Amino acid sequence: MDLEHLSTDSLERIARAATPGEIEGLRVELLGKSGTVTGLLKTLGQMSPEQRQVEGPRLNGLRQTVAAAIDERKAALEAAALEERLARETLDLTLPAPEMPQGSVHPVSQVMDELAEIFADLGFAVATGPEIEDDWHNFTALNMPESHPARAMHDTFYFPVQNGVETDHEGAQQRRMLLRTHTSPVQVRTMLAAVKANPGGAPVRIIAPGRVYRSDSDATHTPMFHQIEGLVIDRDIHLGHLKWTLETFLKAFFERDDIVLRLRPSYFPFTEPSVEVDVGFALVGGRRVLGGSGDAPGHAWMELLGSGMVNRRVIEMSGLDPDQWQGFAFGVGVDRLAMLKYGMDDLRAFFDGDVRWLKHYGFAFLDQPTLSAGVGARA
Amino acid sequence: MKFSLDWLKRHLETGASAAEIAARLNAIGIEVEGLEDPADRLAGFRVARVLTAAPHPQADKLQVLAVDVGDGAPLQVVCGAPNARAGLVGVLGTAGAIVPANGMELRKSAIRGVESNGMMCSSRELELGDDHDGIIELPADAPVGTPFAAYRGTSPVFDVAITPNKPDCMGVHGVARDLAAAGMGTLKALDIEPVGGSFPCPVEIRTDDPAGCPAFYGRVIRGVRNGPSPEWLQALLRDAGQRPISALVDLTNYLMLGYGRPAHAYDLAKLTGAVVARRAADGEQVLALNEKTYTLTSAMTVIADDAGVHDVAGIMGGEHSGVSAETTDVLLEIAYFDPTRIGATGRALGLASDARTRFERGVDPAFLAPGLELLTRLILDLCGGEASEVVYAGSPPTGTARVAYDPALAARLGGVDIPEAEQRAILERLGFAVAGDWTVTAPTWRPDVDGAPDLVEEVVRIHGLDRVASVALPRTDGVARPTATPSQALERRLRRAAAARGLNEAVTWSFLPESEARHFAPGEALWVLENPISEDMKAMRPSLLPGLLAAARRNLDRGADSVRLFEIGRRYLRGEGATSDERLTLGVLLAGEKVPRGWATGKATAFDAFDGKAEALALLAAAGAPVDKLQVMGPDSLGPGSQFHPGQSATLRLGPKTVLARFGALHPATLAKFDVDGPAVAVELFLDAIPAGKSGAFARPAYAPAALQAVRRDFAFLVPADLPAGDLLRAVRGADKASIVAARVFDVFAGPGVPEGKKSLAIEITLQPADKSFTDEDLKGIAERVVSAAAKLSAELRS
Repeated sequence: MDLEHLSTDSLERIARAATPGEIEGLRVELLGKSGTVTGLLKTLGQMSPEQRQVEGPRLNGLRQTVAAAIDERKAALEAAALEERLARETLDLTLPAPEMPQGSVHPVSQVMDELAEIFADLGFAVATGPEIEDDWHNFTALNMPESHPARAMHDTFYFPVQNGVETDHEGAQQRRMLLRTHTSPVQVRTMLAAVKANPGGAPVRIIAPGRVYRSDSDATHTPMFHQIEGLVIDRDIHLGHLKWTLETFLKAFFERDDIVLRLRPSYFPFTEPSVEVDVGFALVGGRRVLGGSGDAPGHAWMELLGSGMVNRRVIEMSGLDPDQWQGFAFGVGVDRLAMLKYGMDDLRAFFDGDVRWLKHYGFAFLDQPTLSAGVGARA
Repeated sequence: MKFSLDWLKRHLETGASAAEIAARLNAIGIEVEGLEDPADRLAGFRVARVLTAAPHPQADKLQVLAVDVGDGAPLQVVCGAPNARAGLVGVLGTAGAIVPANGMELRKSAIRGVESNGMMCSSRELELGDDHDGIIELPADAPVGTPFAAYRGTSPVFDVAITPNKPDCMGVHGVARDLAAAGMGTLKALDIEPVGGSFPCPVEIRTDDPAGCPAFYGRVIRGVRNGPSPEWLQALLRDAGQRPISALVDLTNYLMLGYGRPAHAYDLAKLTGAVVARRAADGEQVLALNEKTYTLTSAMTVIADDAGVHDVAGIMGGEHSGVSAETTDVLLEIAYFDPTRIGATGRALGLASDARTRFERGVDPAFLAPGLELLTRLILDLCGGEASEVVYAGSPPTGTARVAYDPALAARLGGVDIPEAEQRAILERLGFAVAGDWTVTAPTWRPDVDGAPDLVEEVVRIHGLDRVASVALPRTDGVARPTATPSQALERRLRRAAAARGLNEAVTWSFLPESEARHFAPGEALWVLENPISEDMKAMRPSLLPGLLAAARRNLDRGADSVRLFEIGRRYLRGEGATSDERLTLGVLLAGEKVPRGWATGKATAFDAFDGKAEALALLAAAGAPVDKLQVMGPDSLGPGSQFHPGQSATLRLGPKTVLARFGALHPATLAKFDVDGPAVAVELFLDAIPAGKSGAFARPAYAPAALQAVRRDFAFLVPADLPAGDLLRAVRGADKASIVAARVFDVFAGPGVPEGKKSLAIEITLQPADKSFTDEDLKGIAERVVSAAAKLSAELRS
């Protein structure tokens, strides 16, 4: 077989090879140790130099051509095989993927975290106290002695006298146990602790969030709800500071510069002067949207929270000298703030644990309020 | 408290509009809860004259009227009132008007086939009275076509909330005084002219309970005619939400609502002997004006005569001795009752009244005699008669607070600089006496005032709270430090960790049905409310699980496939004595499907105890607890009761005593009690037991990843079937603490090929070489140590 013919014949066979096996066979047959082309190349050694000069390039050219053709054909066959395999591996990706359950943080917790963040920026620490309180901390120390009419207004849950009366270490003082009706007893506990740590007294700046209880139940009242108490005690804190603090916190909480507050004189036994705080809002699409003055067209006022300068008697009963120390306190409903900000309209749903509701109104764990990323989580 | 603008203007000279007055009331601390103009409710009702009245062709009791409303063509109106007749002038509501009594909008309609263009109204339909026997009849000269509201002269009505510290504003006069002080006009002076008695009081009046009733003044008026009150008085009372009854009753109400001064009128004919304020006898009964009988105690003050109790003093009069249309001789009582006594009595009897509210908060002790004279004059004017001399039994408390005031306090406490002259003027307009040295004496009607802050309050509220400028709180010194306590930080962290694991945070009630609480705390003393709102909210929860379980049931009942709830909150235990021991707890409840049926996963799978273990460990790890040091203790460690499946529950402990968590499948008895279908898994983490974090430094211990690759070796052991895998793992790990850095079970098998009473545990250990690779000798030595450590637990290496 002449070289021309061998080349044509080899290339044709390579092109016809249908499997990687056939290609490998051809490679061995042509280029292997005892392959046809290898054999021809071996004859070069017996040739004369002149002959070799002519045949050498021809034979090497043949080997290269064949080798290139084999490589190419092999790659093509492998690509085809891969393609075929991949075609077989096709998945229906419209089928559902495994689902991770969607966890959530309750709106009350979220809002408490938001408030803690806002108040941290203003230098307020977070304090807590017991929910099962005694009547001294819940009422008496807050300037509501036994016969005070305001006690009756509190719709208090009591524990029976025989096992719900605390006696102090001397066995003298009898304190009736109850469910705290507000977070204000934490004020008293915080001031008492401050005096204990520092007999002369020390400045206090706290918020106290937590559960509170009133024997009351209708569409807008539940027997358990959440409050956050604020307390600032220092040498020269006055109503102007209270006003600024409330404005600052509410603007930060609702992320609106146009929040307008209306302060009205009111009465709480534990503050004097006492201030009821209204906030202006407009009804937009049936929802209350805070912002603007309540006196503006299309707007109205809504009661939001109670506050005032801490009553001298409360400061005194907490062990501080009321001539030296004064300050303000406020209390606001956390559930209410949550409803106003995030648009829930039924308080009772807060405590039902309906998974659908929790997923809808709850927050992703990553929605951790921070000052830099925003203390609110947008829908 | 409600009053009309008309009533207010009897005490206040003002040209201000109702809206302006309402705004000022709010500004000075008298909260306006409602401002209603009756004219609004009467819009669409006009004075109209019936021109003709003809029988209805289809109905006997109806008539077809032609009514002139003053704008041209008469309107045809069908009317069923018996008094409808030609010539009658009455009130017609035309299409679009809304009937006040029932909220119905009037429309042009056909009544039994006859067109009707409106309605002739009765008093009741317009809420002007109870009369519904016929339509309103106005005087014949009433101007036809005039809006009825304008003809009648309505007055806007304020509904205000008076705070408990302002008993002086429990009457219109006091409200007017505050408004005048705030520049809303001039307070009209009280015009009280004493009425000289023309005969001695024929009844003996005394107080035998000077503590409860320090003063009891009275007099008799004889020869009165107790008919209906005149229209002006009825209108005032109606606007104030009171039903007019008779002149005598109406006048005592007028005194109370107008001046904050309760009084009582007895029918003298129904009294026997002396009228005395005294303590009730225990068990004594009285039938009160509200037609209920009350049983009294000796802690209560009453007004009684020789025959018995007539009056729960200061709270409610008696049915028997009240005045009626037949009354001719009346005994008036004006007394001062101790506020504390009144409050206690009212609470004990569950009896509320306008009088109680006023006495409880403190009436003006200087307004007994003036009030009595005022009432006498009004009765003589309206009912005629002849007044006796006044009997003054006892005397009311005297003396009001004197406060050493410093006008600088307005700025120091109130944050607003108010000129001294203005402060003085405000106080004086409110009735305070201000001496040159700023000793301020409170008026008799302000029992609440007892210190300088009260005066700041007065001065600031009248000056205007809106004039207090915002002042920024000074920044606290130092760098920002955490404001949350470690426990609060832990709570926040765990909350987000749990949510990140796909759990939904619930907030459930702190109180439960007592039996549910007991199920989770058998034998423990619980906090059980004395006055729960319902039996379902009676006992404070000793565990978070019952609340979560009930929530899970509600979800499953609603068709939820899968419930993964958690809650972080307190459980309530009893501490020493009667103190409360409230412990922060995290509860997890898993119920329903863990994985729904799926094309890839097959049938739905339920949660099992290991899901509980996974949550417990993951959350404890998030809490920073030393998870690899925890021991899993069997169900015996869970304490009494059958809350958990005895073979599928455990506690996680740090050392022998500190229980950090419990978890497991719930006991079928628990599931049955809570009506939950199918298995459910629960976890409780006792956050108070988790040890606090260590150093508090930011820097972590030095660390460099190992340079050499770890080696893995597998072992299969035959062990007694009841050997806990954890024991074997611990033994294996301990065999060469320097080299073995991890050991885990990768297969558990019992059955064919494994002898009865045994199981096979396959364990993979990870060996970490330190500074040089293990030699074959090293590895052989370690393997021998592992096998011999396992052998101590009767584990044999499987060949």
